[in-house]
Amino acid sequence: MNKGEVLQYAADRKEMCRKIKQIIVDQLYLDMEPDFISDDQPLFGRGLELDSIDALELAVGIYNEFSVTVSDGDAKIFASVNAIADYIIEQSKNQSQDQKEELSDDEI
Amino acid sequence: MEQQDKKIVLVTGTSEGIGRAVAVKMAEEGNLIVINYRKNKEAAQETLKMVREAGGDGVIAQADVADPQQVESLFARVKKKFGTVDVLINNAGIIKDKYLLMMTEEDFMDVINTNLGGCFHCTKAEVRLMVSNEKGGSIVNIASTSGLSGQIGQANYSSSKGGIVSFTKTVAKEYAGKNIRVNAVAPGFVETKMTKGNRKLLEDQYMQFIPLKRFGKPSEIAEAVAFLASEKASYITGQCLVADGGLTM
Repeated sequence: MNKGEVLQYAADRKEMCRKIKQIIVDQLYLDMEPDFISDDQPLFGRGLELDSIDALELAVGIYNEFSVTVSDGDAKIFASVNAIADYIIEQSKNQSQDQKEELSDDEI
Repeated sequence: MEQQDKKIVLVTGTSEGIGRAVAVKMAEEGNLIVINYRKNKEAAQETLKMVREAGGDGVIAQADVADPQQVESLFARVKKKFGTVDVLINNAGIIKDKYLLMMTEEDFMDVINTNLGGCFHCTKAEVRLMVSNEKGGSIVNIASTSGLSGQIGQANYSSSKGGIVSFTKTVAKEYAGKNIRVNAVAPGFVETKMTKGNRKLLEDQYMQFIPLKRFGKPSEIAEAVAFLASEKASYITGQCLVADGGLTM
């Protein structure tokens, strides 16, 4: 990537992390500013002390915002905000790779 | 019909037969139909043409429902285009008829993975979407009388369709509280490509047991599906409506 692409990637990543933190606060009704959650802070156990029910709520929020599904076996992606961002980027790449040929207006 | 009354209806396996008839029937009310197909794009495009002639509109969408990744992608594309799916019709199905001792592992699992697995993958994605949208909706699964009473040569197909009936009841119980109704339609012998290959043999063997003395038409099955999918069936969930000319009564 050239410098411009790196800067754009960094900006996109920062915005994605901001949205994820907002989802965490909104979906879980946390009484805190999203910015107080650091990108690598553990979300489960020590850290934010979230539990499995919180994980389900987060999965719904992530699906609504990013159209990415978290399967049952992917619970480890909730390790941190950065882990969630990595997962979303990976899943989004897989989805766009599925559509290799150009689609007509009558296709999705 | 007002724009807000139009429903987004996803029908799997819509290239022909019952799937096509259901898509056309649901289009008669001006709904938007997502016409899913696995391989036959040309047939899916023909279904879209018939949907438009019936007064609806829609798009075609390729996905093999046996593949959970392809189903995830399908629902992501539908959500991006339309925001939701109000009605899901799990129709996609295949047959690989053989006597049990001749049936290979692949013959058995291919049918299970497409018919029952496809129903599982699509229903899971749909329920997730309905729960996240907090709107509820209706799911209709296409079972079969083969799944209710067994059919010689169809250990795989009967198992998959019997499984769909149980799956329907379970999911209905789990998500009734979210205003999601889940029902099934079990057709008997219907005039489709699936029965065309051995139609004469089937007629010779089974016509005597069908009180109405004829095979059903895809359009007749579509009527049953459309009813269960509609608000006219608002108090019906977890049921299997048998449409078989009286064969299994």
